[in-house]
Amino acid sequence: MTAAVLSVRDLSVRFRMRGDRHVAAVTGASFDLAAGECLALVGESGCGKSVLASALLGLLPGNAQTAGSATVDGLELLGADERTLARSVRGRRVALVPQSPAAHLTPVRTVGAQLEETLRALTATPRRELRRAAVAAAERAAFPASHLDRYPHELSGGLAQRAATALALIGDAPLLLADEPTTGLDRDLVNRTVDELRRHTDDGATGRALLMITHDLAAAERIADRVAVMYAGRIVEIAEARTFFGEPGPLHPYARGLLAALPERDFTPIPGMPPELGDLPDGCAFAARCDRATGLCATRPDFASGLACHHPAAVPGERSAAHA
Amino acid sequence: MLELDTITAGYDRLRPVVREVSLTLAPGEAVGLLGPSGCGKSTLAKVAALLHRPYAGRVVIDGEPARGWRHTAPRAQRTAIGVVFQQPRMSADPRLPLRDLIAEPLRATGRRDEVPARVGELADTVGLTGELLGRRPHEVSDGQLQRACLARALVLRPRWLICDEMTAMLDASTTAALVAVVEEYRAAEGAGLLAVGHDSILLERWCDRTVHWQTPPTD
Ligand SMILES: Nc1ncnc2c1ncn2[C@@H]1O[C@H](COP(=O)(O)OP(=O)(O)OP(=O)(O)O)[C@@H](O)[C@H]1O
Ligand code: SF4
Ligand SMILES: [Mg+2]
Repeated sequence: MTAAVLSVRDLSVRFRMRGDRHVAAVTGASFDLAAGECLALVGESGCGKSVLASALLGLLPGNAQTAGSATVDGLELLGADERTLARSVRGRRVALVPQSPAAHLTPVRTVGAQLEETLRALTATPRRELRRAAVAAAERAAFPASHLDRYPHELSGGLAQRAATALALIGDAPLLLADEPTTGLDRDLVNRTVDELRRHTDDGATGRALLMITHDLAAAERIADRVAVMYAGRIVEIAEARTFFGEPGPLHPYARGLLAALPERDFTPIPGMPPELGDLPDGCAFAARCDRATGLCATRPDFASGLACHHPAAVPGERSAAHA
Repeated sequence: MLELDTITAGYDRLRPVVREVSLTLAPGEAVGLLGPSGCGKSTLAKVAALLHRPYAGRVVIDGEPARGWRHTAPRAQRTAIGVVFQQPRMSADPRLPLRDLIAEPLRATGRRDEVPARVGELADTVGLTGELLGRRPHEVSDGQLQRACLARALVLRPRWLICDEMTAMLDASTTAALVAVVEEYRAAEGAGLLAVGHDSILLERWCDRTVHWQTPPTD
């Protein structure tokens, strides 16, 4: 087992709001991610996935308070000063493939110019080699060289995503953080994009770590080694992708509901909506929507052995034992 | 019927992204339009929603050829069609609380008196509760905002619905919930649907039939 590239311990992020209110966007997240490994972080929109990513990039807004620890390559990210973040973290230790590439790209510069600028900032590419290096960087993310002279608004969603991916791959950071990298892409492009990310994970002597935040469960199934499920700011289950998507399936009722909602499965939504992160119940945050909830669930379940639930779905072998 | 008749459209007359495409929806029918990224699906959806003027071809709504686009489209035609886009943040006025966002089409068509009842009813349907309705777009999640955008698209009881990647940025459960809302509406009102997207598993499960757009991207 290789040493962890990313090590997150009891990470919490709270936002201070008007009138003494707080929003608990991330609470008590703990996980490790090794080189050559891909962890998919899945969950409902607004559950805190992107805030977790922002914390790892030192991109939280001023009203955020963090607790716990997150180290990449041995460097503590929480509380690091802006200079350290800019010089040693962003693009170099942690590279971001963003959620809305169109917004992430600079609107007034062509894709080629942005690739060249990032190459200048992060690599020692000689000036006269820049164009060729930009073409090669574009190629890595399947961005067509014929479009290097285009501005971001002239690209379809798919091409904008590939341009942003090409930018992220330039610094060869040990941790690649992809936030909804496939939104708006067709299935072929989703597959090509995530396969490319997977290839980047497997690249080199030790490989890189990939944290992919996604709501696309098919994309997660395709490339992830493990899956982390987030609900209302907490990681409620971390499991091997193989058993999560196959047999016996997830153990947490929320994760089971999420999979059952897929159009290739039951296509039935989980009833209701997630609670507000500024107004979380004391007990299990899923209780109001959970068909397994009992009085015990008014007490918050601890996260232990990859699961936070008082009444997880029984794995087949254990079910017979429990009912014997 | 909603007829798209030999539509040619795009952003550059010399290189149209949609070339002579025809598609007809029967009343109450749900048609899924599938195609690769950049093939021009969204452009065609905007033409069908009377939001983008084609270079050539006709849009015929319940027998009436479209006579204008965007604000020049006759009100009766504009209000016959409800539209939901992929990016709720780009289509929602950031200053409006969700309640007013949903009510906007009613106000714009001089039907203020219907606002309280209709907005209440639709907020229920899409699962938005009282406190959320008072928040502005930046204070809610993508899923919650898309629920509001869907309610707004339904507020005038359109006979046709156009959903361009309505669920592309949503999780599986919110996707299933919003599709269920559209289907309940269609069952109650007999409305037709053009659902545009690239998720064939979703559109095949959702729609009566799907059309695969094969044209490779022109760029
Ligand atoms: N405002 C614009 N100006 C110039 N070209 C544009 C503009 N909007 C879109 N295009 C181009 O038109 C083509 C079709 O775009 P459209 O958005 O209809 O594709 P799409 O099928 O919806 O793709 P995706 O699934 O990636 O969103 C693409 O090549 C795109 O780059
Ligand atoms: S702890 Fe209780 S309410 Fe929460 S998911 Fe488990 S069974 Fe459901
Ligand atoms: Mg589109």
